[in-house]
Amino acid sequence: MAKTLVQEFTKGLWDEIPPFRLVLGLCPVLAVTKTVENGIGMGMATTFVLVCSNILVSSLRNVIPSKVRIACFIIIIATFVTVVELVMQAYTYPLFLKLGIFIPLIVVNCIVLGRAEAFASKNGVMASLADGLGIGIGFTLALGALGAVRELFGTGILTIWEKPIQIFGPSFQPFTFMIEAPGAFVCLGLMLCVMNMMESK
Amino acid sequence: MGDYIVLAISCILINNILLAQYLGNCPFLGTSKKMETAIGMAMAVVFVLVMAGVITWIVNKYILQQFGIEYLRTVSFILVIASLVQFVEMFLKKSIPALYAGLGIFLPLITTNCAVMGVCLINVNEEYTFLQAIVTSFSYAIGFGLALILFAGVRERILLARVPKPLQDTSIALVTAGILSLTFFAFKGMV
Repeated sequence: MAKTLVQEFTKGLWDEIPPFRLVLGLCPVLAVTKTVENGIGMGMATTFVLVCSNILVSSLRNVIPSKVRIACFIIIIATFVTVVELVMQAYTYPLFLKLGIFIPLIVVNCIVLGRAEAFASKNGVMASLADGLGIGIGFTLALGALGAVRELFGTGILTIWEKPIQIFGPSFQPFTFMIEAPGAFVCLGLMLCVMNMMESK
Repeated sequence: MGDYIVLAISCILINNILLAQYLGNCPFLGTSKKMETAIGMAMAVVFVLVMAGVITWIVNKYILQQFGIEYLRTVSFILVIASLVQFVEMFLKKSIPALYAGLGIFLPLITTNCAVMGVCLINVNEEYTFLQAIVTSFSYAIGFGLALILFAGVRERILLARVPKPLQDTSIALVTAGILSLTFFAFKGMV
């Protein structure tokens, strides 16, 4: 059963990559991926919360009574979310405005609570750190990829480091459906389908 | 009075919490495989969302703003919701066992339903009055139930269809949700 730290880390990148393999935490995935930047910003904020809460939950796992553990986990997560909220408000204000209520909503992101309950409360600190980092980076990559597809087809422009790059040229008719709500669902569904096809080969 | 009706319609149809605001999507996909579970979840959400909306509004106005500690909003709201859910569960188990049996496992799941937390935050961010907060909470919950039950009906039919292998299960559910969302999209510009 002794898995190496590397395995704990890499499983989050493909085998258990949220939101595709673990169908959890869909709300931010659908809502903030209108552009690549928003997606990656949201992913990084979630990664920070995930890693910190995993470390704290796993180091306190022998102290927290199992009857009130969920409440304790939620308090730990809410504290780190408040930290992220205040830091983002201070240093990345435009991104903070764009992500809006989805930053406080990291508290109720099922991925974070799910990892605390399913992994960190049963494993050591280092393993939990690797797990949190892996799942967090996987989540960031997924959000970035979804954001890239939606932004590319929805506007014909990709924004990287605040520089808009015209990909399809001026005669491209934007496929606005992609950046609206219905496009988010369809795009995520089709990406999941592509992933299933790659798996079955 | 007219204002409240417009507010209610916009919360139910135009800004539908599931299909236009993308909140509460985990239970949306998780509990929509069967009509029964969808109805149970919808009822539980209506029940908890209205109470949570009222209580968090009061907490925000008379505790957080009174003492200038708005930065504790996230922590205090999640605490209020978690304890409210626990309380409702215990109360129902004792006094209305029939309803408790109906809602069953859906009650504890609501703690991590972002629709509840999301509506509480929207109420505060938009600076609604007390009455408006009640109306929005109730109508968002109705919108949630409406979308969930519609979607469960569609999904039961999909079970009978032959779906290509890579598209099965979650994948086809997401595409279907997209099409359902497109129909709700048509309400835009109504108010």
